[in-house]
Amino acid sequence: MATYSTNQFKNGLKIILDGDPCSITENIIVKPGKGQAFNRVKVKNLKNGRTLERTFKSTESVEAADVDERNVEYLYADGESWHFMEPDTFEQHAADSVAVGDAVKWLKGQEPCIMTLWNDAPLSITPPNFVELAVAQTDPGLKGDTAQGGTKPATLETGAEVKVPLFIEEGNILKIDTRTGEYVSRA
Amino acid sequence: MLKSIRAFFDDRDVLEVETPLLASTGNTEPHIESLQTLFREQPCYLNTSPEFAMKRLLAAYGEPVYQICKAFRDEELGPMHNPEFTMLEWYRPGFDMYQLMDEVEALVLALVDGNQEVFARISYAQLFEEYAGLDPHHATAEDCRQCALKYGIEQPVGLDDEKDQWLDWLLTQLVLPALPADRFAFVYDYPASQCALARLRMNAQGVQVASRFELLYGEIELANGFHELMDAGEQRQRFEAENKSRLSGNKPAIKIDEHLLSALEHGLPDCSGVALGLDRLLMVLMGDFLIDEVLSFSWSRT
Repeated sequence: MATYSTNQFKNGLKIILDGDPCSITENIIVKPGKGQAFNRVKVKNLKNGRTLERTFKSTESVEAADVDERNVEYLYADGESWHFMEPDTFEQHAADSVAVGDAVKWLKGQEPCIMTLWNDAPLSITPPNFVELAVAQTDPGLKGDTAQGGTKPATLETGAEVKVPLFIEEGNILKIDTRTGEYVSRA
Repeated sequence: MLKSIRAFFDDRDVLEVETPLLASTGNTEPHIESLQTLFREQPCYLNTSPEFAMKRLLAAYGEPVYQICKAFRDEELGPMHNPEFTMLEWYRPGFDMYQLMDEVEALVLALVDGNQEVFARISYAQLFEEYAGLDPHHATAEDCRQCALKYGIEQPVGLDDEKDQWLDWLLTQLVLPALPADRFAFVYDYPASQCALARLRMNAQGVQVASRFELLYGEIELANGFHELMDAGEQRQRFEAENKSRLSGNKPAIKIDEHLLSALEHGLPDCSGVALGLDRLLMVLMGDFLIDEVLSFSWSRT
């Protein structure tokens, strides 16, 4: 079992806390001048995205998480799993719905994604920051409303719903920011 | 600030000295890590404070001395810590702990603008009794754990039955944060188990305490002072005990500074000494509570 000592703690280090893989986001030393040092860390649970705080007596060891990030391309879904491939090695990975999470809203095929693996099993998928998707359905905008800057709902080809300006029509290709889920522009 | 400090000591006939930053021996204290380097392939250390060398000067000449120098500590990096920092350290033959506290106060008051109230002085025991409801001299590690539970303080991973480590934890999490944030205060009479290089004595309650004090601003530690231990035999025992404690904490033992011990054997004058972190003091003077803000180039930018 690989371990890290508290003096190796730094942002981005992957450790196991309460059985889950976590990434350190903040590491602060608490230390009276002549006294015992403590590491107060904030970590992000890589399974559920939650942030938690924990303090360690310095020189304690913590189990290292075997977490790895790979560049992958989305291939297809078979109803049960989502399949991705590493373009360099052609190695394929099947991710379940928990690992794919919200990323599924933005994937239609061939998008370059980042896959986080824990003990070689897919843990999470990060879609590209921007994707381009066609509008599958939206009501026609009312004439004259464009100047008001109003919005209306639109359903994209992947099934995702976004708010779009009134002038957007079915079949338009839109650029979407996947981090906020917001419309950016027409592509 | 440096100019005012030098003028302050000039007025009081305290001699400015310089001692080596690089030495063949390091610091045996269990919670302070020396940075190591190599000279002609032999390991040597950057000083964690100029204490030992200055005491050797005191033993040889018996004059009051001060020094402004860099000190280095491994592991220490954060909002309040930089691995390299500036220390003002001075020694006063004939002074006890209280006289030296008076002088520290006079120096700081000479540097701060505006009106500062007289610095509060509170013993370590009073501090814990007031803010944690705990008698630090008689409490057990279990009492400390119960105290943490009562005040909703988390229990750090790996903190077990070491009472002093528990006291350190409660001090930083519960006691110091309760102090007024914009006031200077001295804390004195530390537990005998946290004596470092201070001499021990009986307090009025018949408890053995260390003649050691710290200067705080709010919860920021600025200075640490001792009525210095003069007994070479006891000093050797403490060094050996510290090395034992290091080994049990999986840290390497550090070669003991025999030069200091022979200086103590030769005779150190009855004296008190204090080390003041000048970067921290500058933080307080400027109202900037990040050490990076008062350094020309902090560690991440070197």
